Amino acid sequence: MIHFVLHDPKDTVAVVVVEGVKAGQELTGWIMDEDRTIALKAEQDIPIGHKLALKDIKSGETIIKYGIDIGKSIADIKAGAHAHVHNIKTKRW
Amino acid sequence: MISSNTTFWGYRRENGRVGVRNHVIILPVDDLANAACEGVANNIKGTLAIPHPYGRLQFGADLDLHFRTIIGTGANPNVAAVVVIGIESEWTKKVVDGIARTGKPVTGFGIELHGDHDTIMRASKVAKEYVQWASELQRVECPISDLWVSTKCGESDTTSGCGANPTVGNAFDKLEPLGVTMVFGETTEITGGEHIVAARCATPQVRDHFMAMFNRYQEVVERHKTSDLSDSQPTKGNIAGGLTTIEEKALGNIQKIGKKCKVIGCLDKAETPTKPGLWFMDSSSAAAEMVTLCAAAGYVVHFFPTGQGNVIGNPIVPVIKLCANPRTVRTMSEHIDHDCSGLLQRQKNLDETGEELLEVMLRTCNGRLTAAEALGHREFVLTRLYESA
Repeated sequence: MIHFVLHDPKDTVAVVVVEGVKAGQELTGWIMDEDRTIALKAEQDIPIGHKLALKDIKSGETIIKYGIDIGKSIADIKAGAHAHVHNIKTKRW
Repeated sequence: MISSNTTFWGYRRENGRVGVRNHVIILPVDDLANAACEGVANNIKGTLAIPHPYGRLQFGADLDLHFRTIIGTGANPNVAAVVVIGIESEWTKKVVDGIARTGKPVTGFGIELHGDHDTIMRASKVAKEYVQWASELQRVECPISDLWVSTKCGESDTTSGCGANPTVGNAFDKLEPLGVTMVFGETTEITGGEHIVAARCATPQVRDHFMAMFNRYQEVVERHKTSDLSDSQPTKGNIAGGLTTIEEKALGNIQKIGKKCKVIGCLDKAETPTKPGLWFMDSSSAAAEMVTLCAAAGYVVHFFPTGQGNVIGNPIVPVIKLCANPRTVRTMSEHIDHDCSGLLQRQKNLDETGEELLEVMLRTCNGRLTAAEALGHREFVLTRLYESA
């Protein structure tokens, strides 16, 4: 079972692709560009489609997905925690 | 496997273009003609009225776009014949003349000096002749290079960027070498990935044209925004689906242009391309606006990847929906033509889901109704550039 996917090995966030991920659950992730898997423990319940942090992220850090800058963190995010609009913002507009 | 020998069964029109549907449409020039058009379509079975809310007191570029969209809709090769109705005869004639350049049957009616009753009666007589004539037209075998395919995604979520959009990209990479004419757009939804699209432009001239279109749209956002647009882009639906920033949404969005396709030119809204290959259309990112503009530019079939489950269709163009979100496929299955959720469980690869999408496309072109067609989705939305005079 693949629980989350990421595009590029440099990504700092990944997408949960199954329903019902619970805090404390051991997850398997798939790095699509390299076709290999990694393991990570969920820190929080995370809905399908939402992201988790792949490493500890400090407030103000650039968030990488698709190997590219998708915005910045506005709070510290622990590895395995929910990464979304409450702790990430656009750098545009 | 799709190849240059692949064919489909379509309707070859008077101007050589090929359609995959055979509609007789009753087309209003303006909002005031909607009732008469619907009256005709009620009288004559097998015809389709396409009501819309605009067409009065527009001017300048906004009026040009209105005419281009209405004429383009009638001229689309998915349309066999057209009855045009407007409140007055001059703008009606302008639409009729524009559509007549394709060589297809078209007749116009102005309501003034006649009223709805007389207009509906006379237009119904013509519509009856048209629909009986069109019902005898036969599909003919056509090379894949006769196909024009558009794409635009909607109610995207993170699974769009991982699954459904790259599936379209894989299909586009396979169609490009076969001489198919394609288009993508959604100018604001490229924000954060504009450098990637720019790098795909075939020539420096195309790149400059694309960047000028992109920057102009950014200025529109800057001029009118009251916030960072985080209530509109990403949308509430996008955010519920896990998308966080416009950059993330954009990088997912542009997966639709594949890994190899070059952008060979840029189109204004509803502008008809002049040669095969992948075009960029400067457009709104609102689903029905963009699909309407693609149809008016002459595209005959549409790929619509969705994540959270957009239900859109179009009156004249079959809109093929694909989705990689297993929850959406489960809860909204009646809207999904191609389930590519297997991608995200590593059960399938992009080559497989791309090929499957092309098979769905060919079946659709050969006559199979899409989910949106079967469900009666006929969203037709005109893009406005500014206020009426």
